[in-house]
Amino acid sequence: MDLSPLALSLVIATASTALSAVIGIALASLLMSQRFWGRDLIEVLLTAPLVMPPTVLGYYILVSVGRQSVVGRAFEHLTGSPIVFSRTGAVLAATVGAFPIVVKSTRAALEQIDPRVVFAARTLGASPLRALYSIQIPLASRAIIASLMLAFARAMGDFGVTLMVAGDIPGQTRTASLAIYNAIAAQHDADARVNVLALTSVVLGLLYIVTRLTSRANIER
Amino acid sequence: MSTDSPSPNAPAPASQRNDSLRVRIRSQSGSFTLDVAFEAPVGVTALVGASGAGKTQTLACIAGIHKPCAGYIVAGDATWFDSKNKCNIAIEQRRVAYVFQSLALFAHMTALQNVAYGMSRSQPRHQRNEHALTILKKMHVAHVAHRKPSSLSGGEAQRVALARALAMQPRAILLDEPFSALDWSLKRDLLEHVREILHAQRAPAIVVTHDPREAETLAERILRIDQGRIVATETVA
Repeated sequence: MDLSPLALSLVIATASTALSAVIGIALASLLMSQRFWGRDLIEVLLTAPLVMPPTVLGYYILVSVGRQSVVGRAFEHLTGSPIVFSRTGAVLAATVGAFPIVVKSTRAALEQIDPRVVFAARTLGASPLRALYSIQIPLASRAIIASLMLAFARAMGDFGVTLMVAGDIPGQTRTASLAIYNAIAAQHDADARVNVLALTSVVLGLLYIVTRLTSRANIER
Repeated sequence: MSTDSPSPNAPAPASQRNDSLRVRIRSQSGSFTLDVAFEAPVGVTALVGASGAGKTQTLACIAGIHKPCAGYIVAGDATWFDSKNKCNIAIEQRRVAYVFQSLALFAHMTALQNVAYGMSRSQPRHQRNEHALTILKKMHVAHVAHRKPSSLSGGEAQRVALARALAMQPRAILLDEPFSALDWSLKRDLLEHVREILHAQRAPAIVVTHDPREAETLAERILRIDQGRIVATETVA
């Protein structure tokens, strides 16, 4: 029984969650604190990956970072390997679907913090950045951790975007979701069942922890 | 208590200005206009008025949380805000000790960490912690140093909030009804202690309150504010 797709899913979901944490928290802080032209447009673009068909999302990523694109060429020139149809592409595909979850939840959690607590930090000499990492993020930590778990679950289960951007290369980009599809198509039910059960366990386990974390955060508030 | 002429807008003579806080601001917020001018010398000044009179907004302008439309705010020889010269110093650079009505303690930190937060980070952490503990002792709450704000009583939390504000060696101290949640019996001892602490500081302190007893216990001067304007300045005998 081949467990490598499951291991690959875990690796890709971990990398994607780390990337989502950085991008998601930075964007949430920016959107929460700054008023600038085009903010509403960014909000729309951030929500789009949550509702857009995976094929459409995958198409946009292919166009943006494909081997003929400026970004894709620059990346290939620097690293010697393309973004698309590689593990990098699989991480990118999973991240695009996952990071909006982090942005939305983190922003909502940051906005619920009493602004006077942040002002108190500022009067005590903290720059806006120090107030963010020493006060706001720790106070919103439960919600942020919950959002990262959801992002991880989302990344673990990605199928359509990963297929479009990274393909289905055994040992390279064949994640657990893709392995299930292939196993069913080849009538290897036992292989499919193992991956289905593993993915279900991970996702349900994470959702349980998220529910506990968010309900505790609400009680504490 | 003696009553002087209402709202003397002119700043004090240069010889008395040293560390005083001079405020002359105009601020618009919806249909409400705040238009105040006063000088708070070193010592305690109470800003007394009904809800919605403009007390908290005045403090917010001084701290830099709210930007006035026009005027100036000068602390000693430092200009924090001057609309004519387009000067508006950032909150974190003003060194204003602000005790909020809600206290705004950092819930994820212990009392000691709260107090050490505003201290210069050029000092080693153990020195900051020692200093923070000294201040907590001075405020009679050293026993709660390692407790989180959620486990403190109302009086302990007030003392920790004040300790945190004073630990940064402020240029001005602003207290926005920090004792409003306490009964008078609990408040009396605390006020007496706070009065001593504030008077030992070499910075002007402004205490916002709607309680005349609190103002008279703490302050040497009382500014009465009504509908966004200072209507009387009194000296407590």
